[in-house]
Amino acid sequence: MEKLENISLTGRKKVLEKKPMNFMERIYLPSIVQGLAITFKHLFRKKATIQYPEQKREFSANFRGIHSLKRDEEGKERCTACGLCALSCPAEAITMIADERKPGEEALYREEKYARVYEINMLRCIFCGFCEEACPKQAIYLDGDIAPADVDRKNFIYGKDKLLEPLLK
Amino acid sequence: MDIAFIIEKAILISVVLGISLVTAMYTTLAERKIAGFLQDRHGPNRAGPFGLLQPLADGVKLFTKEEIIPREANRFLFILGPSLAMLMACVGTAVIPWGEELQIGDRTVSLQIADVNIGILYVFGVVALGVYGIMIGGWASNNKYSLLSSIRAASQNISYEISMGLSLIALLMMTGTLSLGEIVEQQRGINWNIWYQPIGFIIFLTCSFAETNRNPFDLVECETELVGGYHTEYSSMKLGFFLFAEYINIFVTSAVMATLYFGGYNFPGMDALAEAGVAQNWITLIGVAALLIKILFFIFFFIWVRWTVPRFRYDQLMRLGWNVMIPLAIANIVITGVVMYLFGL
Repeated sequence: MEKLENISLTGRKKVLEKKPMNFMERIYLPSIVQGLAITFKHLFRKKATIQYPEQKREFSANFRGIHSLKRDEEGKERCTACGLCALSCPAEAITMIADERKPGEEALYREEKYARVYEINMLRCIFCGFCEEACPKQAIYLDGDIAPADVDRKNFIYGKDKLLEPLLK
Repeated sequence: MDIAFIIEKAILISVVLGISLVTAMYTTLAERKIAGFLQDRHGPNRAGPFGLLQPLADGVKLFTKEEIIPREANRFLFILGPSLAMLMACVGTAVIPWGEELQIGDRTVSLQIADVNIGILYVFGVVALGVYGIMIGGWASNNKYSLLSSIRAASQNISYEISMGLSLIALLMMTGTLSLGEIVEQQRGINWNIWYQPIGFIIFLTCSFAETNRNPFDLVECETELVGGYHTEYSSMKLGFFLFAEYINIFVTSAVMATLYFGGYNFPGMDALAEAGVAQNWITLIGVAALLIKILFFIFFFIWVRWTVPRFRYDQLMRLGWNVMIPLAIANIVITGVVMYLFGL
């Protein structure tokens, strides 16, 4: 019968023998010098730090940043205020007020219904991207930057002024 | 005793005090910078170019912080603690010979503030008094963690002072004098004491780590067991003084080590320079620079060791102090004596 402490199911187990330290180990100095040499080498290593505000790490392709409300090719707002994004939002960060498109506003809004107010609370948002997935009109994408810091809670409620894609001339 | 003498000493005292304070100030930055470099980071680099204004920013921050004195604390002792720590750290530099003599006009100016004939004992006494600041501070805080920490500090310092003193005795047997000025003069050129007393130097170095409460013997401060250590209750500049005194102590200890074992202001080739006809004043100034370079190296070494060696446990610290360091120091004395007798020194 094999002893329990010798069984290694993963094959990675190493039984270490605890030997008493010999003289060279007991005076510590060789290992201290060795350690000092290792740390000294690190003085000249390349730094791992990225100097954030000046340097930025490149985002990965599926990075989810700040939301933007998209326009179509003619510059009309795609959003039709169906509310599916707000419904899908697990953090309940999205609110909107829908309105009917008036005659003469066809150049501004693509559908007959549009969002007069569209607000995302960036303190609540968890950047899960469900709104992006839920949107039937491809009107919202999380393709922006990292949400900036602020000292006032009010400033974290992003309205259409901050979210809507600027018009391309 | 003429008026020129007083002016000369006053200038010397201000310069030495200024150098030690500025060095200590920038040691705080160097500590953080080197810590960063050793860990592949940049260290502070936002305040000024390369973070050079960081010590000033830290100082301003500490001065403007709220000053809190606990209600149950002993007010007088609470303020005395950091003051004493700071004072004792500053007076240690008085007996260090900073250089040879300078000739200004027809006056010979000694670059040592006071050539006391018991210089080593003076340094030793000042270092021993330094722990009183910590003890008084810890006691006056009326906090059990501060008290425990200061008791630790006291027992650690007392234990390591013994082996430090014993390692010095071997050195004194060779030099035959207690005056730091004469000890440095004996080490002219590269005839440094480190070549004769390597074991003594290692003991002295280890003990000076314990005396300045630096890693690996920084048991006086510990976040894990003692909620910070003896300065738990301190805030604002009183805390700053405690931390700053530690850095001045490093400077003083480095200066003492450079003086005792590494020839102080002596540098290889100083006699050759004198023969080549270089003015004595220039040699003196180069010597001062040599001493400062040695001191800076030791300061770097203190920081380097701090970020390399893990700290000792308290019982390990005591065992090292009493069971290893003291017997080793005594053995060093015996060996020194035997060698001196055999070679008829």
